[in-house]
Amino acid sequence: MTSPSVVEIAGLSKTFEVPDKGTMTALSGIDLSISQGEFVSLIGPSGCGKSTLLRLIGDLTEPTTGTVTVNGKPAPQARTDRDYGIVFQAPVLFDWRTVEDNVRLPLELIGTDKATREARITQMLELVELTEFRRHHPYQLSGGMQQRVSIARALAFEPALLLMDEPFGALDEMTRERMNSEVLQIWAQTGITVVFVTHSIPEAVFLSSRVAVMSARPGRVTRLVDIDLPRPRTVETRESRRYFELVTKVREALRGGDGQVELDEAAMEQVAAEGLG
Amino acid sequence: MTTAGHAPSRRTQWRRIFAVVAFLGMVLVLWEGVKFLGGDPWFVNGEKVWTPPLSIGIATDQNLPHIWSIAGALAEPWRRNQEDSLFIYLAGKALYTWREAALGFALGALIGISLATVFVHFQLFERALVPYVVASQTIPIVALAPMIIFFVGNDVAAVVVVATYLTFFPVTIAMLRGLRAHDPRALELMRSYAAGRRTIFWKLRMPASAPYLFTALKIAATASIVGAIVGEGPGGIQEGLGRAILDFNQTYTTGPEKLWATILVTALLGIVFYLLVRLAELWWLRDRAPNVLT
Amino acid sequence: MTDRILQWLRRNLPAILVFVIFLGTWQVVISSLDVRAFILPAPSAIAAALVENWEAGYQIWPAAQNTFLEAAGGLVIGTLLGLAMALVISRWRLAADIALPVAVAISAIPIIAFAPIANNWFGVLAPTSKMVIAAVLVFFPIMINVLRGLTEVPGSSLELMRSYAASSWTVFRKVRVPNALPYFLTGLKVGTTLALIGAVVGEYFGGLNVALGRIVIESASTLGFEVTWAAIIVASAVGIAMYVLIIVVERVAIPWHASVRGERPA
Repeated sequence: MTSPSVVEIAGLSKTFEVPDKGTMTALSGIDLSISQGEFVSLIGPSGCGKSTLLRLIGDLTEPTTGTVTVNGKPAPQARTDRDYGIVFQAPVLFDWRTVEDNVRLPLELIGTDKATREARITQMLELVELTEFRRHHPYQLSGGMQQRVSIARALAFEPALLLMDEPFGALDEMTRERMNSEVLQIWAQTGITVVFVTHSIPEAVFLSSRVAVMSARPGRVTRLVDIDLPRPRTVETRESRRYFELVTKVREALRGGDGQVELDEAAMEQVAAEGLG
Repeated sequence: MTTAGHAPSRRTQWRRIFAVVAFLGMVLVLWEGVKFLGGDPWFVNGEKVWTPPLSIGIATDQNLPHIWSIAGALAEPWRRNQEDSLFIYLAGKALYTWREAALGFALGALIGISLATVFVHFQLFERALVPYVVASQTIPIVALAPMIIFFVGNDVAAVVVVATYLTFFPVTIAMLRGLRAHDPRALELMRSYAAGRRTIFWKLRMPASAPYLFTALKIAATASIVGAIVGEGPGGIQEGLGRAILDFNQTYTTGPEKLWATILVTALLGIVFYLLVRLAELWWLRDRAPNVLT
Repeated sequence: MTDRILQWLRRNLPAILVFVIFLGTWQVVISSLDVRAFILPAPSAIAAALVENWEAGYQIWPAAQNTFLEAAGGLVIGTLLGLAMALVISRWRLAADIALPVAVAISAIPIIAFAPIANNWFGVLAPTSKMVIAAVLVFFPIMINVLRGLTEVPGSSLELMRSYAASSWTVFRKVRVPNALPYFLTGLKVGTTLALIGAVVGEYFGGLNVALGRIVIESASTLGFEVTWAAIIVASAVGIAMYVLIIVVERVAIPWHASVRGERPA
């Protein structure tokens, strides 16, 4: 039984006008279908348009040709109906609001009644484990913590879709891996659909059910890689053989390979022994 | 929105010029419009051509002369039995005032840069003196002007002192930020080259502080002119705009146009000086990436 | 509590020392040199003149109140007008793009030249004329700063609000206005200084006798410099008090801002 599709993209392309330089085609001929409950990563070289694609899904910019359907509606309507939450690369918190006030923002905008609103805020802060920091201001928090607040905020009004644009790009490797696990936990608990932009292959493979590999500008989806790693995914997953295979497969796809992967068994053993991932 | 850089796009530049011109036009229309509605009766060649319906105190010919009266006064001799037109007369005075202001401006900038340099290299001096630098600007310098005149003597030097005083503060504060505005990693790079303090100062801190310096200089341009004008009054300097303002203020009832004309020339002086600094800024910073400082 | 005071003292010791040394040197130099004494009186002489003329003679205290009222009145009027203008203009992007350069151009004009006109329009002896001058001086920094604060919002914040399908009125209320608060307070700090200058310079061109500017002019012209200095010191004190008031407001209103936390200058 196929889950309903949350995001349907057909024949999408996006061309920008560059002052004094003419036009620039960021995306060309994108077709993509994302089902409910999936975790899909978009990965590609710099400038391949993955962030633009994310913004097209969120109706933060308009397509030049093609259609974007979110939750069965055209993207603009999905935005007005607030069907998705978005997390940017920078936390984009308001300096003048406390942590809980920042999470409160979307609920204020929707006009949620006070009781429900406060309950949601408490729930969200528990989800990202920042309850003791409710009344702190953003400047008192580390980068990782600020991002957690922005995730709590994105989920505050229980959207069907979560869009994330390289949210952990500015964090160090250790924090990033921890945040990866936290996102998976949240995803498992809420059953939300996630579209995740990244340029880290390990991250994409670790998190996703599918990885959409994109080519350089003009961006196209060149391959969809199914990630059949078992869940829940843990630290051990990162050290498993299947993980390495998939990382290599995605890497090859990025390099324009034909998808066939030949593994050097001896090299694999050595890499596993040295704990590289 | 408008991220003001030091080299805005061609379109924005034209837009700005258009904006200022449109604004001026609006002012002129409003000026005469108010007189049309509620001023004194309008005369052309001695004949009454229009009687305004209302009566607005400010719009009388005494308080708000017609624009063409002001323009006309500029073309006529500035006083009976004098040859020079009011415009020439005022232009001469403006030049005189500008020289005082420019001198004060240059001195103030020099002092400001030097002070900031000392502060940056010797934190003790910074902590000891910066509160007074800040406090000095809450003192209405203009209140000090008569004092300075008597102290230094009844001449140009006094006015220059006032202009210097008004300039050095914004420059000091701006340079204090500017000399520290460089990327800290650039400083580390210089240290890795075993560059001494002097080298670091000239090759890193000074160039990095240029945008901040120019921001302060634009403020100082106007401030030094204000200082010169205010200083000229009590100082009894005859040759500057301050004197002209005082004189025409006294003869206001017999010739209000002249005071307005003087104000116009003063405004022009301020704008011209400001533009000069702006041009210098555009040239000096021509190769740099646009930033958000104006 | 004593800890905090000690800490503050230690940090500001150099500045305090400078002041003490300065006063001391001044007193000693003046006492031993007679020549310049009449222009630069000793601190003790100034203090004496201040006390003598506080309520009697030149009436420095009532004068200070009058000048303060002119400055404060001008500050309030100029701030209200500047705020209103900025709020209205920020509504239309075209208007904002036009208004900023115009306002900056006008602030390049030595507005002080307008002082005699104000006196003529509103009456030389009326405090209103000085308030008007002060208000005109205050209007521009307030308007420019608030306009900047309302328009220079990070693009990412606007994108976030767009993702919430927020109306532009909502964006104005929830993003632009709070963003503008620090800018407004910066403008207010500049404004207090200018308001006082406007009041005092306005008085230079004519006004009631019981005003600090008039006292300065009159006492200087009769060579009574102790009084002149006393009046100037009082004027400075008024200016500093107003400035400090704004700083206190800043601490309370925007404690989260980097400049108030002490990380960078406003």
